[in-house]
Amino acid sequence: MEKLIFEYSRKGRKAHTLPVAPPVKFGLPARKSLCLPEVSEIDVARHYTGLSRQNYGIDSGFYPLGSCTMKYNPKINEQIAALADFTGAHPAENPRALLKILYDTERMLCQIFGYARFTLQPAAGAHGEFTGLLLIRAYHLDRGGVKRLKILVPDAAHGTNPASCALAGFQSVTIKSLSGGGVDLEDLKQHLDDNVAGLMLTNPNTLGLFEKNILEIAELVHQAGGLLYYDGANANATMGIARPADMGFDVCHLNLHKTFSAPHGGGGPGSGPVGVVEKLAPYLPRPVIDRRDDKYFLNDNLPKSIGKVHSFYGNVGVILKAYAYLKIQGSSGLKRASELAVLNANYIKARLQDAYDFPYPQVCQHEFVISAKNFKKQHGVTALDIAKRLMDYGYHPPTVYFPLIVSECLMIEPTETESKESLDAFCEALLKIAEEIKTAPELVKSAPHNAIVGRPDEVKAVKEPDLNYFQTG
Amino acid sequence: MAYFPHTETDIEAMLQTIGLKSIAELFAAVPEKLRSVKIPEFAPVSELELLAEIDEIRRAPENSEHSFLGAGRYDHYIPAIVPQLAGRSEFYTAYTPYQPEISQGTLTAIYEFQSMICALTGLDIANASLYDGATALAEAIGMAVSVTGRREYIVANPLHPNYREVLKTHLMPRSITEQKEITPRTAAVIFVLPDYHGLLSDWIEYLQKARMHGALFIACADPLLLSVIEPPQADIIAGEAQSLGLPQNFGGPALGYLTARKEFLRQMPGRIVGRTEDNRGGRPFVLTMQTREQHIRREKATSNICSNEALCALQAAIYMSYMGADGLQTVARLCKANTDYAKQKLGSLPGFSAEQGEHFRDFVLRCPSSAQEICNAAGAGMALDDRRLLLSVTEKNTPAQIDYLAGVLAKWKN
Repeated sequence: MEKLIFEYSRKGRKAHTLPVAPPVKFGLPARKSLCLPEVSEIDVARHYTGLSRQNYGIDSGFYPLGSCTMKYNPKINEQIAALADFTGAHPAENPRALLKILYDTERMLCQIFGYARFTLQPAAGAHGEFTGLLLIRAYHLDRGGVKRLKILVPDAAHGTNPASCALAGFQSVTIKSLSGGGVDLEDLKQHLDDNVAGLMLTNPNTLGLFEKNILEIAELVHQAGGLLYYDGANANATMGIARPADMGFDVCHLNLHKTFSAPHGGGGPGSGPVGVVEKLAPYLPRPVIDRRDDKYFLNDNLPKSIGKVHSFYGNVGVILKAYAYLKIQGSSGLKRASELAVLNANYIKARLQDAYDFPYPQVCQHEFVISAKNFKKQHGVTALDIAKRLMDYGYHPPTVYFPLIVSECLMIEPTETESKESLDAFCEALLKIAEEIKTAPELVKSAPHNAIVGRPDEVKAVKEPDLNYFQTG
Repeated sequence: MAYFPHTETDIEAMLQTIGLKSIAELFAAVPEKLRSVKIPEFAPVSELELLAEIDEIRRAPENSEHSFLGAGRYDHYIPAIVPQLAGRSEFYTAYTPYQPEISQGTLTAIYEFQSMICALTGLDIANASLYDGATALAEAIGMAVSVTGRREYIVANPLHPNYREVLKTHLMPRSITEQKEITPRTAAVIFVLPDYHGLLSDWIEYLQKARMHGALFIACADPLLLSVIEPPQADIIAGEAQSLGLPQNFGGPALGYLTARKEFLRQMPGRIVGRTEDNRGGRPFVLTMQTREQHIRREKATSNICSNEALCALQAAIYMSYMGADGLQTVARLCKANTDYAKQKLGSLPGFSAEQGEHFRDFVLRCPSSAQEICNAAGAGMALDDRRLLLSVTEKNTPAQIDYLAGVLAKWKN
């Protein structure tokens, strides 16, 4: 294991080559002591290169993390986002090139998803959810709907959905799923009343199933005076196939760091644009980017705006990467991406059919779930054990224990950028693991064996928190 | 159209394994009514054409450059090593480190970031980052609300108007409101360091008032500045860390940070990395204290944040490691020396005057006529109102650049 940068530190060592600063006064008490590493440039280079080798990215191998859309991150995206006039642009400037790119990105997203406008301000998916919910809130308040404080959220939803509801001042109410997957229409009907502000839905849902009754659901919610919110985490299955706006969704957030090939960065930065139908456009966060003749400008004149959600205009550096992807794919490439993403998911599912349990056997969309319930009952092997064992075969594990409604759940999303050979090799690994579970369950239960660390003690991490080297290291 | 490794033969073989005849059959669950909608199209371009197109729009004459801008984003020097190491694809193409065994790189770097940002603020604990300075401050106030059970906050000194608006957007829905006076209903007192106009002032009076009324004291501070001054004895220090090795990026990505006293750990929003033990005597890092977070607590979570600015935090960790205390302090002092020089030089021009006090990077220049006209003509700074221009310098500005601006402004007066 690579040691910490602090352990390289030697008194008097330094890396920087800055000029000597003249004496200055700050008019406030001067800093008495500041303990940071004292290292040379080669220490920094070796240390962070060493750390990068202890990480697994898409460039390292297959990353079938369900609901995360870990597709290849094209290098041209990085090159364009790193152009000096883009990284060096100050938010108080009016750089025509950037404004045009932001404007064009918005137009392309509007076409693919069917919306009147998008705001590019939210910095991540959850930030987009929060923004979208505020738009719903503003819409109802503007029409005197002060009582509309309930948001309906299916039990299969991402955890961010109910958390975003709470932050936006809504109460989230859970709607049941049918045993075959999909929203329970009877349960939905019972919750629809004058207090409902809207319904949040992921489509395809987190089981990887397209919500067959979506048009009926939309009609019911709209009749009750509510709005529909589209959680775009799974948008990679729908591009060029069916548009959320046509499905009846009034608001929609996308994850540019999932569907549009911007990298996840080990947890961020992301970008969560929010699209709206015409009637919600007046409430968008300000400013929006408008065009008059050939001029692009930041328009702050939105009297009904919910206000800003970011210090400036969002994660522009991430949006640039999505722009490059949109341009290179074109609308036909986006459709192809969705088709092949769904093909890849169904191919893995078909190959594993006899070895694993599929609680939802029908054709899936871009992802699917496996339940390890029977493995646990018969051999004591859990979903987590299978995930850890996959590391020994050189793979990043799938999402585990989500959605919450599937017991011992493994959620697999291959994306369209993987070849048939890559999927075959992954299937071979999973088939071998299925054999191991029967013949050598202990091997699976104690995995990973080849990783640089063993399974961490997470209970100890919580009971004896060590969060700061200078206090505990 | 790109990034698809499938051959036609592959697709046929795969469909056969699945037991379907065509790709269209994969979408049988999508209602025909939706599938038949005609979706507007736009043509794909090659990488070559895309680069040419971008070159062309970048060369457009309207792309005027503007200088001496600050007010929340600063043009600091970024050592060559910083983007090169942060640009290693094992870092940037990884997901959130939910699987610690193969994510020790990201986890270790975030632990280092947490430790170093705490060293700067003098507080005990930090999270793994938030979206930006404004949302970090909103989260800090949210923490104060859950600690105190009160729903009011006050802002002691000038705060960037965009921040103020972001606070309102994020907090109003939960009926958390900004007030003018500190009272027993105040959850948090916010002190900005330096303030919107670059002014450095003493916070002690506000700290005492906050303590007297049982409110939390939150400093919204630039971490670079904290390398040279004693940090406030605050309960929470949060804000923007773009000054730690990140480019301006037209405002984003940036780096929201949040540090706090350890008794507020349970109220902290966002991811936190901790060190523990494994079953072979190793000491790995993991995401910890997750019962605060949305994927476990759902509507009762401390925040809805999931994706944060992890790669920016990694980049800041590389920057802080490279700079060390001496480097950060040198940068801060060079900024201050340039600010002092610019204030003296520009403030002594006939008709112009610089605002009194000690300033860090940003400062206000009073103008003899329309600040907006001067700003446009000089291509420098930002007009605050009719007569006030907000200018900013960093360690990258040379005396020659400042002298040049002085020459332009001197002519303006004449």
